[in-house]
Amino acid sequence: MTAANVKKNRANPRKVAVNVLVHVFLAVLAVIWVTPIFWIILTSFRAEPGSYVNSFFPKSYTLNNYIKLFTDKTVLNFPKMFMNTLIIAVFTCLISTFFVMSVGYSLSRMRFGFRKTYMNIAMILGLFPGFMAMIAQYYLLKSMGLTEGGMIRLALIIAYTATTGLGFQIVKGFFDTIPRSIDEAAVIDGATQWQVFTKITLPLSKPILIYTLLTSFMAPWVDFIFAKVICRATSSQYTVAIGLWNMLQKEYITQWYTCFAAGAVVVSIPISILFLFTQKYYVNGMSGAVKG
Amino acid sequence: MALMNEKITLKNAIAKGDSMTKLSMILMGAGMFGHKQKAKGILVFLLEAAFIFYMISTGFHQLAELPGLGESEQGKVWNEAKGIFEYTQGDNSLLILLFGVVTIFIIAAVILLWVLQMKHSYKLQLACEKGERIPTFIEDLKSLFDGNMHITLMALPCIGILVFNIVPLVYMICMAFTTYSKEGSHLTLFDWNGLVQFARVLNMNGSLGRQFWGVLRWTIVWAIFATFLNYILGMILALIINRKETKAKGFWRFCFILSIAVPQFVSLLIMRTMLQPQGAVNVMLQNAGLISSPLPFWTNATWARVTIIVINLWVGIPYTLLQITGILQNIPAELYEAAKMDGAGPATIFFKITLPYMLFVTMPYLISSFVGNINNFNVIYLLSGGGPTNVGDTAGQTDLLVTWLYKLTVDQQYYNIGAVIGILTFVVLTIVTLITYRNSSSYKNEEAFM
Repeated sequence: MTAANVKKNRANPRKVAVNVLVHVFLAVLAVIWVTPIFWIILTSFRAEPGSYVNSFFPKSYTLNNYIKLFTDKTVLNFPKMFMNTLIIAVFTCLISTFFVMSVGYSLSRMRFGFRKTYMNIAMILGLFPGFMAMIAQYYLLKSMGLTEGGMIRLALIIAYTATTGLGFQIVKGFFDTIPRSIDEAAVIDGATQWQVFTKITLPLSKPILIYTLLTSFMAPWVDFIFAKVICRATSSQYTVAIGLWNMLQKEYITQWYTCFAAGAVVVSIPISILFLFTQKYYVNGMSGAVKG
Repeated sequence: MALMNEKITLKNAIAKGDSMTKLSMILMGAGMFGHKQKAKGILVFLLEAAFIFYMISTGFHQLAELPGLGESEQGKVWNEAKGIFEYTQGDNSLLILLFGVVTIFIIAAVILLWVLQMKHSYKLQLACEKGERIPTFIEDLKSLFDGNMHITLMALPCIGILVFNIVPLVYMICMAFTTYSKEGSHLTLFDWNGLVQFARVLNMNGSLGRQFWGVLRWTIVWAIFATFLNYILGMILALIINRKETKAKGFWRFCFILSIAVPQFVSLLIMRTMLQPQGAVNVMLQNAGLISSPLPFWTNATWARVTIIVINLWVGIPYTLLQITGILQNIPAELYEAAKMDGAGPATIFFKITLPYMLFVTMPYLISSFVGNINNFNVIYLLSGGGPTNVGDTAGQTDLLVTWLYKLTVDQQYYNIGAVIGILTFVVLTIVTLITYRNSSSYKNEEAFM
């Protein structure tokens, strides 16, 4: 014991050198990772327009980019896009959470003939490029008359939620970790499966419930491919992601580049907060799923 | 003998069913109606009636058109009285194919319903013969929230998957065997033409085949680099942060994980503009006098490929860090102590203990991220857009199969070739998944690390 103490107190020069090196290395990497984010925040406050600058720090700062983003409705109607996305996100979040929880619970807790088949089908479907279904989905939605005007919102909600039942793995992994003996005890006391699900399992699964709610809420904010395929040229129904993408197109970039940065910051702030808040659940969910 | 008879199979139901059970071969639900489950029987019969109505009103017509996919072109007729051209409604092969596929799915669903109701009728018949109590309709409804709750919970998600994933996939797969393409202007009327497109895409000497094999090679190279570099570098970073001597662990993790919190399309678009010939990076390097002309990040194929892989490290390493930190801490400490005792250095420990252990535990994650990378649309599309593209090609030098598929369908309208590419992507993924999974130690020996 004394030998160990002596060893600890007497700094080993080689160890110190390694330690310093490690911290310098981490600092360099951290700078690389944080710089682009820092840069976009700076750009959002930059007074000079356009995307081509010759200095890292802006020459003068302004809030006009944010003001323009939320008041200039003539070219790119950002407030409208924001509302579109918010409505879609709320519905998507509720429906897909219900789907994912239902499927996850059924596969984890119930035993039925279709169970294995369902899991195998889900695995096979996961191997197809998501795009293949996407284009045909557009025609399906079109033949239902959902690709015109205000119905596009409904079409997007359907498109974002319909197949979420395939993404049950993390939730199922979490449910698997809740001891079955709790359910069995409740069933002996006369509870139905529905009561077990709503009164016992769901309250015990708050972390994964929050995780699912938040990730499905974020999906419409960050997806832009699907929205683009379904909205096509109907600019009144654009979501935030398409709007931001458009700001970087040739015809807008000189006028809107700094506004793009402002929009990116506006979208990122809530997502970052949600993310930092749910990080723990994310890690737990993943390690649960990996353990099987 | 008795047991054999009581087995509830379709064969037994047809051979040994009583009159009501046999009647339900034609009038679905009759067996339930005759065996004390009147409400259920009526419901099933109504479904059959709806199906027959559908088939007579449109279903048969749609099936009949499916082999030919429509013949009549949109016509133009001169109307003397009004003095204008009147357009006659032509056939639209796209819709014929879509409704044909939907009709086939409906027929399959009804056949399934038929089999299920036959078995159920026979089961009820046996129960009646033995004098067992038959559950009432109310009890059946209640069981949907108890023993049969999976039906209640899974019904909507399954319908969603069927309608918006399986039907569209079958529909797209069908397109691969047609002439639906801008080529020869087959955009409204097209025909089946078998495996012609497959032959064109796989033929290495044709222009299309040459592009396909090029794209496939880059897709696999990309997926290998993107998956394993992210995995190994992310693990090393996690190990460095986890070292006992590293200070402020939480702060370092926060720095890296912050980049996940920014939506991916935002950070990728920023990277793209920063690396343009006139973008921030080139301008700053030129101002500093380090380079005389802009670096060709997106205009030279090799540069673009390397840039994409490097940027993907920026995107991907934090995810690896987040996902494997917890698992790394689960590695039994005794393994490390024993290795140190034997005089192993950090590199040996990493390659002999950490890496094998992690590979063993996270194989499913690795496979799914490999699949995800082959289908990684966002990174390529938002960064390089598949470019640079050689003159006359539809596929760029950095296009993956998925981004090429997108270009072929959405931009170029070569739908049939796009569908072929989609099917081939699926084939490649299936092969890769099966090989890696079968060769992984977690499949061969489940207790290797116990």
